[in-house]
Amino acid sequence: MATHTTFLDTNELVLNMGPQHPSTHGVLRVILKLDGERVLGTECVIGYLHRGVEKIAENRTYQQFAPYVDRMDYVAAVSNGLGYCLAAEVLGGIEVPERAQCVRVILTELNRIASHLLWLGTHALDIGAMTPVFYCFREREEVLKIFEKYCGARLTTHSFRIGGLQYETYDNFEKDCHTFCDWFEKKVDEYEELLTTNRIWVGRTKGVGILDAEACKAYGVTGPVLRAAGVEWDLRKAQPYCGYEKYDFDIPTCENGDTYDRYLVRMAEFRQSARIIRQAVDSLPSGPIKGKVSKVFKPPIGEAYVSIEAPKGELGYYIVSDGSVQPYRLRVRPPSFVNLQALDEMCRGALIADVVAIIGTIDIVLGEVDR
Amino acid sequence: MDEEKKPEGVAAPETEQPKSEPPASPVEATAPAEATPAEPEKPASAVTPEKAAKPAAAAKPAAEPGAEKPAAKPAPKKEPTEMEAEPWAGPLVDSLKARFGDKIQQFATYREQAFLIADTAAVIPILDFLKLEEDFDYLVDITAVDYPKKEKRFEVVWILYSFAKNVRIRVKAVVGEGEKPVTACTVHKAADWLEREVFDMFGIEFEGHPNMTRILLPEDWKGYPLRKEYSIIQQDQDWVRENLQIESGQ
Amino acid sequence: MEEILNNPYVFPVIATMLIIALFPLVAGYIVLAERKVLADFQVRLGPMRVGPYGFLQPLADAVKLLLKEDIIPAAADSWIFWGAPVLSTFTALTAFAVMPFSDRFYVADVNIGILFILAMSSIGILGLILGGWSSNSKYSLLGALRSAAQMVSYEVPLGFAVVTALMVAETLSMQGIVQTQYDKGIWIAFSNYGLMLVPTALFVIAGVAETNRAPFDLPEAESEIVAGFHTEYSGFRFALYFLAEYASIFVLCGVAVTVFFGGWLRPFANVGFLEVPLNVIFPILLFLLIGGGCGIGTMRVSLAYEKGIMAVLTLGMLLVAALFAIPAVNVLIIGFFWFLFKVLILVYMFIWIRGTFPRFRYDQLMDVGWRYLIPISMGSLIVNGVVLLLTS
Repeated sequence: MATHTTFLDTNELVLNMGPQHPSTHGVLRVILKLDGERVLGTECVIGYLHRGVEKIAENRTYQQFAPYVDRMDYVAAVSNGLGYCLAAEVLGGIEVPERAQCVRVILTELNRIASHLLWLGTHALDIGAMTPVFYCFREREEVLKIFEKYCGARLTTHSFRIGGLQYETYDNFEKDCHTFCDWFEKKVDEYEELLTTNRIWVGRTKGVGILDAEACKAYGVTGPVLRAAGVEWDLRKAQPYCGYEKYDFDIPTCENGDTYDRYLVRMAEFRQSARIIRQAVDSLPSGPIKGKVSKVFKPPIGEAYVSIEAPKGELGYYIVSDGSVQPYRLRVRPPSFVNLQALDEMCRGALIADVVAIIGTIDIVLGEVDR
Repeated sequence: MDEEKKPEGVAAPETEQPKSEPPASPVEATAPAEATPAEPEKPASAVTPEKAAKPAAAAKPAAEPGAEKPAAKPAPKKEPTEMEAEPWAGPLVDSLKARFGDKIQQFATYREQAFLIADTAAVIPILDFLKLEEDFDYLVDITAVDYPKKEKRFEVVWILYSFAKNVRIRVKAVVGEGEKPVTACTVHKAADWLEREVFDMFGIEFEGHPNMTRILLPEDWKGYPLRKEYSIIQQDQDWVRENLQIESGQ
Repeated sequence: MEEILNNPYVFPVIATMLIIALFPLVAGYIVLAERKVLADFQVRLGPMRVGPYGFLQPLADAVKLLLKEDIIPAAADSWIFWGAPVLSTFTALTAFAVMPFSDRFYVADVNIGILFILAMSSIGILGLILGGWSSNSKYSLLGALRSAAQMVSYEVPLGFAVVTALMVAETLSMQGIVQTQYDKGIWIAFSNYGLMLVPTALFVIAGVAETNRAPFDLPEAESEIVAGFHTEYSGFRFALYFLAEYASIFVLCGVAVTVFFGGWLRPFANVGFLEVPLNVIFPILLFLLIGGGCGIGTMRVSLAYEKGIMAVLTLGMLLVAALFAIPAVNVLIIGFFWFLFKVLILVYMFIWIRGTFPRFRYDQLMDVGWRYLIPISMGSLIVNGVVLLLTS
């Protein structure tokens, strides 16, 4: 004799979030197994934005492929370009002049600020604070204006070339960067005032989505998520590239590895990025902007893996060259893809309302997850 | 790239490689001194990936196809077709050698990045050893490269990093078609999705994986796109027809 | 004719008809105000297209909602589906019957006025539950139940706060409460040596939760998975729920103003020398200022019909300013002016709170209600009661 049960009884319920959903930050489908309000497990279905970037790379020359990398993490396109150019330069044994390295650092750090701004706005919006997103986009506008003045594009900038830069910096570049940094740091203070000690914000983010250091390392999670768990590791300090060893900056870390800590880490990273930009702008050397690269770039046979500290984590490029003008194999190691794997662990035992906050706090961009 | 395809006689619907051709010719046109050695080098370089697997250390001068005139020597034409890897020595190499002996075929570095090539069966014990005793606790990436000319066509690459030592190494193994390397999920949880992607793109199954299904492509997609015989514009037409109800223009 | 006018039912009926006719318009403009105020917080402009500075937006929204297809889910219980928004709107509008808009303009002065309003808001919750249930959708029902549980929970501190005020006011009649504040010469919010500030704050906070506004709007929130009780409602039915929500916001703010902030009294109602500055000069200046703003707006807009509307508004504001200058008219309308002024300030605060805070999670919401607000409200009741007793 079966007892009459309704869906309100606590047994396992499967709920589908996405792929179209205002909070999944792109086409991500998350299947939740719930016990009442508690999440028992999640399963991510990805690949909606898979464009076969790695296959395309095998059919384009190195220079032809460069614009494609911007489209992966489209929020922070400059980092993608930096990683790719560095990998190609290692493979080809090309030395980049100092001026180019310095400008690369400036643009990459501006891009880090822009990426974190977008993260902050959308994360706050998911949690219900509808105002910070507008402020963040206003600040992001200023960064995108600098990009536009420099290379003509705001979002998918293709700002770097193999061997250095294509364009010389425009006349007021240094002044613009300084003005932006000064103006921006006050805005960060505003955000902190609005959110950091707000009781509701703290209540929604503290203790939510904890991923401790051991779990982070096991899942290969890097970036602010790892630093919020207490591991003081940043590729810019551990394996400096592009002249980062010359600049003085801190690596913000926190202890608990929850959503609130990740928020604090990224807020601190705003300030550190501004610090790096100021130092880089002040020390901008003169000189050529492109190293010796032949017009037809043909690296010798070999392979290299080069990774950088992208705003979302360790972004790596593994390029295998067979001596021709096209890469034989180009593998992108996407931080969002690897970080997203840890979603299941972070969501165990959370409430449904927290899932949205946790997805936001990992800071994923589907273009990078799916490539 | 297209020269590779021709000798294989692969039936791809339209092997369109419009962009790769023009760069190929200016190379041969603008380097008159290397014109002769360049051409025969092309098919030779097509043969390259086969040779690269052999544990012989590469000879020095030959690896730059467009570099100097003296490269036009008939004998070293085979030699430049290899990666200029340098031998890798150090305490890590010693402990690995002591532990695994001849299961590791080569220790090398290229552009100061160290890698080792091991037997497929020995990879998981190596990863385990590296994690537990040498502090390589972070699995950065798992990927594969397809060399269809070789008898064992895939080279699976595991990239590892040690936080304590701030060192990154690559572990490579040569895997044939149909061979199943053991999953690294038991050693590093990060291997889960990474291996699924390798399966999705190359068709390499990992033994013991909890959920060996496609991750980026639809579940019932046929074909493994990153294999070299899969053309850039190829699609699983049946899947497109069934699920999107269109006849794809490709 | 005089007999008709002297009939005690005439004026209330006219007043009722006016309220029912005007209130949808007022609710629409409160929505517009919310959008513009939120836009101001968010560094943007808000609706600007329809009419000058978006001023005709509510009309466009109303037309849009009316013209939408009337969709009823096939498995829904159509009578209750139809009746639920009606019930919500009915209870919200009925509460207007005892709102003391001014000393002359009200529909009825029931001697249990405040009890009547609280009762109406409680019945209004039923409209929510029925709406979610009759939609015959898992998620609507879940959202409806959560909304209802939230509203019921927050009625307790709301009630306690009001009761605390009633101890000072010593009457349940809305007009009577205002009269008491006049007699005592101090608004209830500041009376009892400032101890009444706690119930005031409690009332406002519980009021925000009661009306399902941010930060207590999880059941309705768009970015959450479980959508609210009004998921299946579209078109005019949705408009009715919307109307009910804004009516209840207005009612709640009206009750707060009446009970805590002196109703239709001017600030410092007993102080004689402030009569002219506050009752005459202040409204005149205010309307002149608004008129001036409208005048500047007239010059700035470009289209002809927009200029026309802004010109009419300017003249209207100047006319109203002039009306306040005439003593005979001033006495009639000043109460209404102060009441509306205070209610609108409170509504602005509600919008401000919405724009600033993130949203509470449901369990935190209930936590705040049961573990903080209810004990604090009970405590304030006891403390205020004791102090009143000792000082009477």
